[in-house]
Amino acid sequence: MSSSASTVLDFQTASLREINQTLHDETTGSFTIVNPRGAHAVAAGIDSDIQVEIDGPVGYYCAGMHQRGSVVVKGNASTGLAENMMSGTVRITGNATMSAGATACGGLLVIEGNAGSRCGISMKGADIVVGGTVGHMSAFMAQSGNLVVLGDTDSDLGDSIYEARLFIRGDVASLGADCIEKEMREEHLVLLTELLSKAGMAAEPRDFKRFGSGRKLYNFHVDDIDAEVARRTEA
Amino acid sequence: MTTPAEWAQRESHTFDRNVIAEIRRAANTGIYRIRGWGAKRDLPTLDDLVVLGASMSRYPLEGYRESCGTDVVIGEATSAKPVRLDIPITIAGMSFGSLSGPAKEALGRGANAAGTSTTTGDGGMTQEERVHSKTLVYQYLPSRYGMNPDDIRNADAIEVVVGQGAKPGGGGMLLGQKITERVAEMRSLPEGIDQRSACRHPDWTGPDDLEIKIIELREIVDWQVPIYVKVGAARPFYDTALAVKAGADAVVVDGMQGGTAATQDIFIEHVGIPTIAAVPEAVRALRDLGVHREVKLIAAGGIRSGADVAKAIALGADAVSIGTAALIAIGDNDPVYEDEYRQLGSTAGLWDDFQAGTDPAGITTQDPGRMARLDPMIAGRRLANYLQVLTLETQTIARACGKSHVHNLEPEDLAALTVEAAAMAKVPLAGTGWIPGQ
Ligand SMILES: Cc1cc2nc3c(=O)[nH]c(=O)nc-3n(C[C@H](O)[C@H](O)[C@H](O)COP(=O)(O)O)c2cc1C
Repeated sequence: MSSSASTVLDFQTASLREINQTLHDETTGSFTIVNPRGAHAVAAGIDSDIQVEIDGPVGYYCAGMHQRGSVVVKGNASTGLAENMMSGTVRITGNATMSAGATACGGLLVIEGNAGSRCGISMKGADIVVGGTVGHMSAFMAQSGNLVVLGDTDSDLGDSIYEARLFIRGDVASLGADCIEKEMREEHLVLLTELLSKAGMAAEPRDFKRFGSGRKLYNFHVDDIDAEVARRTEA
Repeated sequence: MTTPAEWAQRESHTFDRNVIAEIRRAANTGIYRIRGWGAKRDLPTLDDLVVLGASMSRYPLEGYRESCGTDVVIGEATSAKPVRLDIPITIAGMSFGSLSGPAKEALGRGANAAGTSTTTGDGGMTQEERVHSKTLVYQYLPSRYGMNPDDIRNADAIEVVVGQGAKPGGGGMLLGQKITERVAEMRSLPEGIDQRSACRHPDWTGPDDLEIKIIELREIVDWQVPIYVKVGAARPFYDTALAVKAGADAVVVDGMQGGTAATQDIFIEHVGIPTIAAVPEAVRALRDLGVHREVKLIAAGGIRSGADVAKAIALGADAVSIGTAALIAIGDNDPVYEDEYRQLGSTAGLWDDFQAGTDPAGITTQDPGRMARLDPMIAGRRLANYLQVLTLETQTIARACGKSHVHNLEPEDLAALTVEAAAMAKVPLAGTGWIPGQ
């Protein structure tokens, strides 16, 4: 960490536009955003190696499409936290509501508290680690990446999932369509150990279960009774 | 005279031969019919309207001598870099994946030459299309396949797709034959799967959320480029009003005739309302809100000729968007490949299996051999010529109505040929002053 002081950006004296423009213009340094009071799209679209800390609760799409550097939210976040993040890290000390990490393609999202419904929906390669529980339909249509949940999950986990991996320590209320429990092999334990350590979460990998795709929905089932009848007639 | 024997053999109207064939196909395969193209059944269209032209009470402009403007500007009020088009005809969103690389390049080349925009689709932005399209609209879709902020910043406008005319309420589809390695990688999907995309956005539902989503998008691009919202024509009055409320710079309303790369036939033929019915409702919403011709309306779905363009604009649209016609212009269903269309059980002009990846013309395919048949330079020139004809035809009609800009066309310049068209378009039945319901 550099010893230089963090630049303070205050929602009481600056607009969302001014604050985000500053974050987009600067390429180095650290910034502390104060008085966010649930503002939307705070620190969205960051694409340089800056460190941002947000002191207080944020609204929708905080750190949306995050590409580089780090964002830490000291508080709670509403819908779409770190949606479609590409890389870098986003960490929140509180809870996140719906669709946290939606379609996230890369990087690490850490939710120290709970996440609401559809956490990791359509995720496309990111790592998401949740300290608490996740709501229903989490990892819906999740394409790739890893979702780690230390607590329980609500219903329909991983509905219509593709190749994402889900590691759950608590109880799973129910699995969604084509989501199945899978064997936890050595390689998965290694991966999980790494993810937990990156996220700074103390947990024993062997306490988790792994879930993923049954791959039954990947292709349409097309029957051809006419062809079968023709074959039988020939035989 | 019908003989009694012939009468006994008459075809059922309810269960005609097409219905019977479809029931048999369904019983054999256990899967709905998926195809490309748009609605094929007889629907009310802009052909049901006529343009009145000048007469004693208004005088026409001279063709070629008196100017008739065709330009469109989108997003001036919000964006540092508004979209400026020379002509009121844009190329609709069609994904790389559904279309080949050379087809996307051809669309870009043709659109550039004509001074208009092209649009990405469900699958992200390719280098081919960015390099070859001077003005490129980036679609932001429920699936978010290939969505990344670098491409968003690299676009000239962003189009948030809520729906499509061919399937309002439905998501994208791309069948396994077209999910090649490159397409799979762009979409982060396993190769060869039958991909069924999400139909709802993963991180917003409803107009209040959309308003916040649009703020986020504007923040990410530092308020540089305009934002469109595209809806399939279902409830265009409310959808347009809500899109305006959410902050759109332009609303794209796509009628039920609109083309598609792959959708259930039942969806294509039965969901949504026709373009002729949708445009006046969208315009009514814009007028109600006092933003007509400020927030731009782009009409799509079955636009074929300058007459369609002129009529859509007279009804109140600012521009139109074309998909199927653009594909035909670059060579889709070209009779030179007749033998191959026959091998596919079809004939040039009727082939609609865009989902199959077997396109003899190299347009709706990812097969390298077929793709190589499409010369993007030649195909681009064909599209440029076609766009020029559409523009000249639109101007011909506008001048005949005495308009120095195509946007001066108005509903008063139109009459309807059928009672239905009069009711839907809200213009009088020809030869009367009667608008049903008014
Ligand atoms: C091959 C093909 C692919 C399409 N892909 C998309 C798409 O990715 N996203 C979208 O919003 N619309 C898509 N559409 C619909 C077009 O954007 C447009 O709404 C429609 O083609 C307009 O109607 P028209 O074909 O009668 O001109 C596609 C259409 C076709 C023919």
